[in-house]
Parts: sequence; C-alpha cells; structure tokens
Amino acid sequence: MAKKAQSTLINMFLSLTVIAIVAAAALALVNAVTEEPIELAKQKKTNSAIKAVLPEYDHTENLDVDGSSCVLAFNANNELVGVAINSGSDKGFGGHISIMFGFDTDGNITGYQILETAETPGLGAKADKWFAEGGKGNVIGKNPGTNNLKVSKDGGEVDAISGSTITSRAFCESIAAAYEIFKKI
Amino acid sequence: MKASDIIKNGLIKENPTWVLILGMCPTLATTTSAVNGMSMGLATTFVLMMSNIVISLLKSVIPDKVRIPAFIVIIATFVTIVQMVMQAYLPSLYDSLGLFIPLIVVNCIVLGRAEAFASKNNVWHSFLDGLFMGLGFTWALTLLGIVRELLGGGSIFGHSIIGGADGMLLFILPPGGFLCLGLLMALINRLRKNAA
Repeated sequence: MAKKAQSTLINMFLSLTVIAIVAAAALALVNAVTEEPIELAKQKKTNSAIKAVLPEYDHTENLDVDGSSCVLAFNANNELVGVAINSGSDKGFGGHISIMFGFDTDGNITGYQILETAETPGLGAKADKWFAEGGKGNVIGKNPGTNNLKVSKDGGEVDAISGSTITSRAFCESIAAAYEIFKKI
Repeated sequence: MKASDIIKNGLIKENPTWVLILGMCPTLATTTSAVNGMSMGLATTFVLMMSNIVISLLKSVIPDKVRIPAFIVIIATFVTIVQMVMQAYLPSLYDSLGLFIPLIVVNCIVLGRAEAFASKNNVWHSFLDGLFMGLGFTWALTLLGIVRELLGGGSIFGHSIIGGADGMLLFILPPGGFLCLGLLMALINRLRKNAA
C-alpha cells in the first residue's frame, strides 16, 4: 500500500482544496447539462396543469396579478373562456401546498391541479382526487362567490377528506386566495 | 478477502438495513410505496458505489485529520448529481422523493462504508462493496415498501391487488413503518439464524 499522506497543515489544506475544486467543476458540468431539461420539465408540468384545469381553449396569454402568475385562455374567436391561477397555502399538514385553479368567466371552478405538496400519503395526499369531479368533496362547477367553499366543520359546504381536516382547510384557503386574484382580473 | 464474501456481506450477512441497522431515516420515510422504496435504494446505491470508488482511489492522498470533510464533499457531490439528473429526466419520481434525495448525504451507510471499507481496501473491492451494500439496502427498502403498500393501500408497485379497499392507513403512516420494520427484521434475522 502506498504511504499515507501526513496530516500536516499544508497537506490538509491542499487535499481539501483540490477535492473541493474538482467537486465544484463536476457539479458545474452536470448543472450545465441538466439545466435545460429541468426547466423544460417544469414548464411541461405547468402546461399540462393549465390544460387540465381549463375548458377547451385555443391560445393563452400570461398575466401577473399582485405577483401571482395567471394564465388567460381564449377560444379561436379571441373570446376569454377561462383563467388559470396559481394559488396555494402554507397551512397544509406537510407545509406548503401549491395548487393551480381554473375558473370560467363567471368565476365557477372548472378544475384544479396540485402542483406541489408534502401531504401525508393515503390521507391528505388524496386531495388530488377528493375535490375533483366524482370525489366526495367535489368543488368543480361551484362558485366561490356564491357557494360557501369552506370545510363543513367550519360551517361551509365542502366535505373534508376524512382524517385530513388540515389539508382540506388549506385547500379551501387556496380556493379563496385564487378567487381573490380572479376578482382583480 | 474474496469478492464473493463482499457480495454476501452486502446482500445478507451485513445487510445495512436488517443487520447493521444503518440509514433508518430514509428507510422509514420513503417506503410508503414499493416504487419509492426501490428508487431511494437505487439512488443510494449509485452514490455508495461512486463514493466508494473515488474514496478508495484517493485514500492515500487524504490526510487522516481531514478525511471526514473530504468524504462528505465527495459524497455530497454525487448526491447533488443524482438530484439534478433525477429532476431533469424523472420529474415525477423527483416529486415523490425530492426531499429525501439530498438527505442521502447524511445517510450513515454511505459515510460508514467510506470509513469502514473504502478507505482501507482497493478500488475493485470498494466498488463491489458499494454496489452490493447498495443493493442490500435496495432490496430491504423494496420489501418494506411492498409490505407497507400492500397493507396500507391494497396495491403493489401501484397495481391494485385488493380492489376498492382503502387499506389500513396505519401502515403507510410512520407508526406502521416502525411496526413493519421491526417485524420484518425479526423474521429475516430468524431466517438468517436458521440458515447459518
């Protein structure tokens, strides 16, 4: 076996410096290669979310309202058919939940898609289907302006996910936040 | 040391999960489903293999007093590479494992093998040790994921086995993770003892 380097100050300094420089170079290289695919993957996710939450549309236009990014969707005759709004809440059971909501021009919810979540699997993570069409807490087609979209425990009309009231509350809060933005458009 | 001993050690005799009981945090946290457990295992295997190779190559130029920071820098580099590649090419997997990938850095198996094996053995043996310790970790996590997913959600690898049932949620939640881990560990060590 080769002789081991002694733990002198200069040896320690040199070995750690060289290792750190090589590591940084390797990371810079990988970062350069993956930067674009990561960006594309994020965009693809957002685009498919927009498609999922809105009714049929022809083209879209991005809009910023109070720092929230919204997407306006138009049909072929350039009439507004719906708006997709990025919303979310910090009060989920696993911290931040980010949800995209779609509204038609009257403010009825046309769909939603959860973009980021750390909710408990089997409980809060069920939110992806629970509040959709066919789910027990269906909010599709309801209007936050006329329907009281709060968890039934809080006097609203949305059935909470059983065992996940906190997630459900965060979901309803996200609807309210999204609707606030919708009203400003 | 024979290569076959290293292989046996990693897979069974010194299995990181069932025998050495290392890396319990990702073991319990990511095994809510078979796919997650297996992917976490494979990601760790890659890191373990690469860091073992590099540390074994560098063992004579790293002074003893700074070996731990040097190992950590090397391990963290490979973990970050896994993270970026997964984010770029397997975004949906990254979504479900995202938080735990950076935590591979502090997984005691990786540093443990660097310290106990790669810093004392040649490159070929260190590579084998990393690969098979990693695979030992992977099969343990996959098995745990299968059991928990089956009991907790009625499916295996996402395929529903018990239709319509919600399953016993407890097993997907942390307490069920501890229960499954303990019972499986007892069973496997019993089988090991019988075989020996």
